[in-house]
Amino acid sequence: MDKLIDENGIRLDGRKWDELRPVKIEVGVLKNANGSAYIEFGKNKIIAAVYGPREAHPKHLSLPDRAILRCRYHMSPFSVEERKPPQPNRREIEISLVIRRALETSVFVEEFPRTVIDIYIEVLQSDGGSRCASIIAASAALADSGIPMRDLVVGCAVGKVGGQIVLDLSDKEDKEGDGDMPIAYMPNLDRITLLQFDGEFTVDEYKRAVDLGIEGNKKVYGILRKAIMEKYFKVEAEK
Amino acid sequence: METMRKAQTLDLLSKQKRIDGRALDQYRPISIRTGLIQKANGSSEVSIGNSKVLAGVKIQTGTPFPDTPNQGLLIVNAEFLPLSSAQIEPGPPDEDSIELSRVVDRGIRESQMIDLKALVIEPGKSVYCVFVDIDVLNMDGNLFDTLSMSATTAIASAKFDKKIIKEDGTEEIQKVPLPVRLIPVSVTSIIIGDNIILDPTEEEESLFDVRLTLVFNEEGNLTAGQKGGPIGISREQLFKVVDISRVKAEEIRSIVKKAVENA
Repeated sequence: MDKLIDENGIRLDGRKWDELRPVKIEVGVLKNANGSAYIEFGKNKIIAAVYGPREAHPKHLSLPDRAILRCRYHMSPFSVEERKPPQPNRREIEISLVIRRALETSVFVEEFPRTVIDIYIEVLQSDGGSRCASIIAASAALADSGIPMRDLVVGCAVGKVGGQIVLDLSDKEDKEGDGDMPIAYMPNLDRITLLQFDGEFTVDEYKRAVDLGIEGNKKVYGILRKAIMEKYFKVEAEK
Repeated sequence: METMRKAQTLDLLSKQKRIDGRALDQYRPISIRTGLIQKANGSSEVSIGNSKVLAGVKIQTGTPFPDTPNQGLLIVNAEFLPLSSAQIEPGPPDEDSIELSRVVDRGIRESQMIDLKALVIEPGKSVYCVFVDIDVLNMDGNLFDTLSMSATTAIASAKFDKKIIKEDGTEEIQKVPLPVRLIPVSVTSIIIGDNIILDPTEEEESLFDVRLTLVFNEEGNLTAGQKGGPIGISREQLFKVVDISRVKAEEIRSIVKKAVENA
């Protein structure tokens, strides 16, 4: 097995410990959706769309004082090495849930009682960290839909590789490393909205990982903010 | 569809015009991008106007069906993703997406686009399976042609690791294209009143009396077809549609071939 990190602290894909993979975000990519976004995060290629606020079906799901948020994270059969059957599996169902929780607090759901906001995420190609990249795309799609939000939500994983805490695990580092910790974060409100981890961390490592995750998320926020501005400044200029 | 738009569409059609300004037999702009998904053996994103789909091809080994021990497998599956339209709910495929998958599948299978006999590793035991999964990303009519074009271009640009046994008996893995013989082209038209229009948008499809999808091979022969719509079609109209579609198929084939050559 290859060493995941060499004596100079350089990782298999050439990155340093605190470096992100290349990130590209495009806002407003689907005509039919109320809001949409496409993200490339390393080799992840993910598209997200928002429909709503709209009438809830079935009606009994709706709440009198706020909108409900629904989220579906789904992987295309060709997104992974071995073809994945199209129907959602348990992993996708859990990820849909944690993504919904990560985003819910950022949306002014109380502005839209008795409605539903649907967030659909399709992973076209998966690499390590697809749930974090999905959160970024979904948050960008929400912003694109014009639904009022308290903050954007960004996501980025940290982990432990070769005994070191590193930012943004690649697929291989995720599978062969010592620990993985996806974090979603609202940068203006300074709140963590998703935190999961597996592997083994000392308390000190755990704290350093969270701090590194927040730093990484702030970098992602800069990229996301620019992508949103790019679309809307262009629209403004065309008027 | 809104009553006013509907009235306007029908009024324009009576003057041989369409609401988006196209000629009756004119397609919307076609865009084909292959190779977007590196984890797939082949992939192709196709847009016809605002209809946008992504096909991914996966080639894996498996066991052949008992009745075709000397053939590889071809499996085509289309999903209407809920992000493609406000009308689509998450869930198992409905009858429309199953029809769509099956019509696209037949277009490829019956034209013998892929030489499935060349995909046998060990007869009756082990063959290559070609999975074509198609995501519908944005729906705006004429999905039959959009999906068919994405499937054929993804297949034609696919490469896979094939185990080759050399003359001296040693084995070697080579990256090879699929055994593609030809590229079938699907042309879909709808009939509204007396007008035959090609490449209908979703709005136009909501008005149709008859829909006809025809698939042509490279000799210009028909290899698959499917009629849709609530009412019948006359013999004369049916023949007229075939003539118009056959000409259009050659025009589209040149666009598709260019995309595949550049893949």
